[in-house]
Amino acid sequence: MTHPVVLAASASSNTQVATFWVLAVIAVAAALGMILTRRAVHCAILLAVVMLILAGMYAMQGAPFLAFVQVIVYTGAVLMLFLFVIMIVGITASDAVVETIRGQRVFAGLAGIALLVLLILVVGHATIGHASPAGPRNSTQNVSGLAKLIFTTYVFPFEMTSALLITAALGAMVLAHRERTSPKPTQRTLSRRRVASGRPTPLPGPGTYARHNAVDMPALLPDGTQSRLSVSGVLVSRAAEARASARPAIGGEVIGAEQERAGPDPGRPAGPGGPAGGAEAQGHERAPGAPAQANGQEEDR
Amino acid sequence: MISPANYVALAAILFVIGGVGVLVRRNALVVFMCVELMLNAVNLAFVAFARLHGDLTGQVIAFFVMVVAAAEVVVGLAILTSIFRARRSASVDDANLLKY
Repeated sequence: MTHPVVLAASASSNTQVATFWVLAVIAVAAALGMILTRRAVHCAILLAVVMLILAGMYAMQGAPFLAFVQVIVYTGAVLMLFLFVIMIVGITASDAVVETIRGQRVFAGLAGIALLVLLILVVGHATIGHASPAGPRNSTQNVSGLAKLIFTTYVFPFEMTSALLITAALGAMVLAHRERTSPKPTQRTLSRRRVASGRPTPLPGPGTYARHNAVDMPALLPDGTQSRLSVSGVLVSRAAEARASARPAIGGEVIGAEQERAGPDPGRPAGPGGPAGGAEAQGHERAPGAPAQANGQEEDR
Repeated sequence: MISPANYVALAAILFVIGGVGVLVRRNALVVFMCVELMLNAVNLAFVAFARLHGDLTGQVIAFFVMVVAAAEVVVGLAILTSIFRARRSASVDDANLLKY
């Protein structure tokens, strides 16, 4: 019954030792990087590294089912969810430099070191023997053995997890749901708004008559001036963001600051709308009604 | 063969790193990720003990931990997006409306 064919279980002892140490060092380094990098995206990528390494370690320990579940559920689903939320919350969201509670980081580090010493002492003093010889865990019986346990001994907790998952899905839907405060605009209202906005035509495309046709190259007007409306507002605000981050940061984490900073400045066609629909983008640009905008419209005509 | 003690020690290290991350970081998303790291470390310990005893029960428990973690992440991220929608911030320090 002991087929030693399950993932790396048949690998020689030395290979396993080497694999463990290499993977362990990478995992600890990635985990340390997680708490040291300031950007949430880097954190998520490093977490993916740790999770994949843990999947490999499950496979080395004769748990192929858990290894695959780890890759599919954690690296595939949970981390993708994290990345989606990072995209919603703001890709540039980074942590604050200032401490809200004074000395908190020092105390957190001390507590971490104390906990580490405690745990390592416990693990070191405990008599953890060698792995028991290959049983059902080290064979192709892994999945069927797990299924037998889950559907006999642990069938009640298993049913409870189904209730938990349904509750979580419902809760997520309720929490993430947003009530529509205004009626959904119909095609008629959209077209009326478009005509009333004064520009029924689409916005000018980027790169027209310019030297390049890249998306960030403003189109040239007949008199040789640049058309501000031809470049997507997203690109403009991103460039402003890059300039702002090039300046020394003062500190303090305001994730929405980029959007707000881009908003009130009348000099450039800002607005998170970007290329999404001419009418909306126009509404954003016209809204401040600043003289700069009026100029922009005139030169665009 | 690597002794299960090595795996348990690695799990302890990863758990402590995750715990320090929860204490130190201010971005709620990163705090969540550190909680996930702690859960993963505990799973590694469970699997190591399952191998130590030659028993599949530890793997079953690790499986249940994964399920609960998935549910926790879904609800937590939904709360986070709704807070971000209302306050335009994902910092754990900004959600203090219930404070005296």
